[in-house]
Amino acid sequence: MTIPESTAAAGAGPDVSRIPDPHRPGVLARLRDRRVSGWLFLLPLIAFNLFVVLVPSTFSVWYSFTDWTGISSKAKFIGLENYRNLFRDPEFVQGLEHNVLWTLFFLIVPMAMGLFGAYALSRIRRFRLLFRTLYFIPYIVASVVNASIWRSILDPQNGLGDLLHINPLGDQHLALWSVEFVNNWAWWGFLVVVFLAAMQGVNPSLYEAATMDGAGATRQFFAVTLPAIRPTFAFLGLMTIIWSFLAFDYVYILTQGGPAGSTDLLSTVAYRNAFSNLQGGYASATGIVMALISGVVVTVYLVIRKTREWET
Amino acid sequence: MSVAVSPDTSARRARGGGTAPAGGRRRGFPIGRTAVYVALTALAIFSLGPIVLFFFNALKTNSEYAADSLGLPTSWTWSNFTSAWSQANMGAGLWNSLLIVLGTVAITCVVASLAAYALARLKVRGSSAFMTYLLVSSALPSQMFLVPLFYMWARVGLYDTRIGLILIYCGLFSPFGTLLLRSFLLGIPREMEEAARVDGAGELRVFLQVVLPNALPGILTVALTTGLSAYNEFLFAVTMIQSDSKMPLSTTFFTFQQGFTQNFTLISAAGFIMIAPMLILFLLLQRRFINGLANSGMGGI
Repeated sequence: MTIPESTAAAGAGPDVSRIPDPHRPGVLARLRDRRVSGWLFLLPLIAFNLFVVLVPSTFSVWYSFTDWTGISSKAKFIGLENYRNLFRDPEFVQGLEHNVLWTLFFLIVPMAMGLFGAYALSRIRRFRLLFRTLYFIPYIVASVVNASIWRSILDPQNGLGDLLHINPLGDQHLALWSVEFVNNWAWWGFLVVVFLAAMQGVNPSLYEAATMDGAGATRQFFAVTLPAIRPTFAFLGLMTIIWSFLAFDYVYILTQGGPAGSTDLLSTVAYRNAFSNLQGGYASATGIVMALISGVVVTVYLVIRKTREWET
Repeated sequence: MSVAVSPDTSARRARGGGTAPAGGRRRGFPIGRTAVYVALTALAIFSLGPIVLFFFNALKTNSEYAADSLGLPTSWTWSNFTSAWSQANMGAGLWNSLLIVLGTVAITCVVASLAAYALARLKVRGSSAFMTYLLVSSALPSQMFLVPLFYMWARVGLYDTRIGLILIYCGLFSPFGTLLLRSFLLGIPREMEEAARVDGAGELRVFLQVVLPNALPGILTVALTTGLSAYNEFLFAVTMIQSDSKMPLSTTFFTFQQGFTQNFTLISAAGFIMIAPMLILFLLLQRRFINGLANSGMGGI
């Protein structure tokens, strides 16, 4: 690893280093310098990140400009063709639209359920932990199993689908909403837990003051709770947008993007292009576009956080 | 009332002062406390109902399921569990999952605690930029690096091996473990560490003998959340493992369910076998689970 800062520090300032200074480290001591050894402690993490994320991501950038199949070592540079094709590809455009719908749904429904659940829990005393645990259980159950649970409930021959005479996962107009519903069912309890933790950090005297001013529970929620948990709220909004572009499991397991692409997301389109259609370069381009969207969102968030000086 | 009171005077006054108007009675929701409990119970049924139903379905016979898929079983067909166990090859799946989860947890804990120590305690130049990098890299879509990773793993012989999947999981989950453990380490007082340093202990010794023992509760939380993620993970498991004999439970179950789409009773039994270990572990150690996972959404990561 590099040791730039210790050498730079030693060279700075007037030359007082000739005077024997008990605090000035020798070469050996400098290796034990915390600033240097710190990077040694970070080395394993960096190595894992390098091999699993950074190097393949960098390759992906390169492959996105090629006609790479994903399984052979041959890849011809074709410039921006993959990217030009993406925006002419109805599957990609449809997937992008579904991702936007997915984001909007997850910004509204689970956030509202999470806020309601957490606020209700923060204002009761008995059974608070019990409810919290119960809401959280679907989140810890594997997506493959959750999907299976709902597939049987929504089944058009046997379950709710039969009762309501609908085919939630097989109908082109219902399928995307059904998958979102199932994913949200597993998800909203997580938001309750996070919001509740944030709400418990709110200074109780604010509530006492609001009560004295005659504010009811609803008023207190909007005037005290919501402003106080704003950083958590903003962070979860950001993560919801990012996670919505990462969503894959529930669609792949429940509908594989069907019927007729009505549940396809960018992630499932990319997956199919990579592993069924053997278009690794094209799939890489899809991945890059997804990453760029996340990147823009993260950057906007970081800038806002810096200017507003929210503590984390 | 005295003049010299602490900052939260209004709280004290409201609670303690008998003359304050809201002193005795806590104001609840406008529609009353009962309505709140009713709503919370409805949400609990919404959360848990489908899982309970799934359990009931695992105990029904096929004809019973066909007649009534949303009700209680009349005869309790426990043999569904043994049939599912053998037909879905769940023994092998469980064994593979155990190896994969333990391997991932062990390596991730070591990697994350070393890194967290550096980020929390050693004055690493550029550490905040590095943490931002970790945050950004964990927000990258898997589809961005999945195909080249698949190719790399195939080239070096890690494709379709359990160790290959373990290494991927370590790469994926160690940033979160690091950030979680870092915030835990920030809460441990520095005095003992400084004392050890004065006594001439090197960083490795300080880390192993002073910091690590104090960080055990935090490491347990990291182990639990990492273990849960590795156990439930689907995308990389289905992509990187091809042989039936090496599949973890998530893909074992997925494959079984794809093949037996009509036999919901056996699918339910198999699903229940898959979630049982995590459900038990969660109910036993739920606070550690929840604290760890909740931190991932707090903005502190």
